Amino acid sequence: MSNKTLFDKVWDAHVVDTIKKGPQVLYIDKHLIHEVTSPQAFNELEARGIPVFRPNQIVATADHNTPTQNQDQPIKDDLSRKQLEQLSTNCEKNNITLYQLGHKYNGIVHVMAPELGFTQPGMTMVCGDSHTSTHGAFGAIAFGIGTSQVAQVFASQCLLLTKPKSLRVNVNGRLKKGVLPKDVILYIISKLGTNSGTGYFCEYAGDVFQNMSMEGRMTVCNMSIEMGARGGMIAPDQTTFNYVKGRAYAPKGKDFEKKVAYWKTLPTDKGATFDKEYTFDAEDIEPMITYGTNPGMGIKISENIPTIKDSSFIKSLEYMNFEAGESLINTQINYVFIGSCTNSRIEDFRVAAQYVKGKQKADNVTAWLVPGSKQVEAQIIAEGLKTIFERAGFELRQPGCSACLAMNDDKIPQGEYCVSTSNRNFEGRQGQGSRTILASPLVAAATAIAGKIVDVTENIETLEFA
Amino acid sequence: MEKFTTLTSRAIPLDIANVDTDQIIPARFLKATDKKGFGDNVFRDWRYNKEGSENVEFTLNQPKYAGNILVAGDNFGCGSSREHAAWALVGYGFKVIVSSFFADIFKGNALNNGLLPLQVSEDFLQHLISEIKADPKVKLRVDLRNQKIRINSSKRFESFEIDAYKKTCMINGYDDIDYLLSKKEMITAFENATSR
Repeated sequence: MSNKTLFDKVWDAHVVDTIKKGPQVLYIDKHLIHEVTSPQAFNELEARGIPVFRPNQIVATADHNTPTQNQDQPIKDDLSRKQLEQLSTNCEKNNITLYQLGHKYNGIVHVMAPELGFTQPGMTMVCGDSHTSTHGAFGAIAFGIGTSQVAQVFASQCLLLTKPKSLRVNVNGRLKKGVLPKDVILYIISKLGTNSGTGYFCEYAGDVFQNMSMEGRMTVCNMSIEMGARGGMIAPDQTTFNYVKGRAYAPKGKDFEKKVAYWKTLPTDKGATFDKEYTFDAEDIEPMITYGTNPGMGIKISENIPTIKDSSFIKSLEYMNFEAGESLINTQINYVFIGSCTNSRIEDFRVAAQYVKGKQKADNVTAWLVPGSKQVEAQIIAEGLKTIFERAGFELRQPGCSACLAMNDDKIPQGEYCVSTSNRNFEGRQGQGSRTILASPLVAAATAIAGKIVDVTENIETLEFA
Repeated sequence: MEKFTTLTSRAIPLDIANVDTDQIIPARFLKATDKKGFGDNVFRDWRYNKEGSENVEFTLNQPKYAGNILVAGDNFGCGSSREHAAWALVGYGFKVIVSSFFADIFKGNALNNGLLPLQVSEDFLQHLISEIKADPKVKLRVDLRNQKIRINSSKRFESFEIDAYKKTCMINGYDDIDYLLSKKEMITAFENATSR
């Protein structure tokens, strides 16, 4: 069949078998695991006497339920400590490489795996975490799975899946100054809604994505699940190859050249068709924020909250304590979080530091910076960003998922707003009763300095960005 | 996995769209390493007030509603891939979730736990919710073999779609591991052929 999409090419290369009128058996190249969604899968295998089939294709990290302070000391919370011990025991028993808390390669699974070159174009990758879509930035088919599926991959290195439909989102033109990859994806989700991608795999195409760094592409693909798409992909190109080259798990020398030759065949053929396609103009995108309790409820920072007569919409605004039709500019904000698998890579901290440099955070603000990995943390220090942040009154913590899902102690108090670079503004996501406003690292940094939401577009021309 | 063929039960309405898995089971309850006890905390922050008292307004706390079927708004189960959400719903006693739309990962997780995600039209969903609210004693009959959901009193029914393979699994209580293990030779041959 000619005229294949990027997704078709990668998918078709991994089909082991097809059940008549049923799903396909899809081979999984890499399996990432963490402490929260793997223990019950290990238990299942043990109970049924099934060995782990391909331990070399699994990499484990501790991230979701880890403290971001005093990582060298024993974890105080009993359940959390036990969960991490369980991961260590399971990995040891089954010969799985684990980058445990404190290891120089430890970090959020979707930050550390690309850093190590574990993530490569053309692969199929899974993890018991919906933001596995992140790895699609490399032109891999990567998606989140449930724990039963984690057990299936342990047992067989395969999954039974029905091929999803195809969706392409094109964004062409030049992004305005101060518009970051996070704004691009929040804009797309605000236009398409939270379930427009359900049943689909999404490819992002157009010069905006071509011109984006790998970090930016990861931010975009990361939030594909927030419009319901199991995964998002961007065609691999020289930017991708340059990023992968030389990393610990990446192929070396002649093997690398051979792989690159193959990776170059992966982009969607001219004339390939998609089940759904949308096109947006880069010029229309501005810094974004969310006002509600799902990531589709986003507006340009300069806009007012829309008025929609729908019970779920009204319930959502009640939770957030916002009024339909009002602007969020000047809303007092006491918490700012820069981190999560969406925005905790070095570029995110560089942007924030550029804005923060020479300024002081507002007195009312608690500002947490949580790097995505030990490597990012080391880079923050090496590049002198730590000094900039600490002088401005920000608190640099140790790597982990942290206040994105607030499984550890990093919780936003009841009723408080948090301008957050994470991916979900669901009710209570960052702590019981907390109210999340999603934004880019730039908007988050500006909020921390002002102590309230400010229109960063107003003085954008005077700001210096790399 | 428990088998599922038919179920006749009262139903509980949850007339909210975009119910995400963080609402079904908040992250702070994901610290367990087994599948037990999640039912106690299903919809925790909607069921209980901050200080721990019951929120009498919430549908699960209204004595007039009962049953093993949850009838929920559009896009049920969006967000996190946590299978704990399926375990929590099963743990509470639900066997069927009816909605006009399910998020992908949740749908798969439910099916892997013998919990039937039953997708109906928006019209039928609204009809179900208003029937249940008008008469909470109304019973629904779910017939997986014939792929039909019926309101007992009004005889109004709708057919629903389900993947034929998954239907067989539900009816027989099979899971995907059994099937995948039977394909081990083929998988190894695939690895060799593609030099993995």
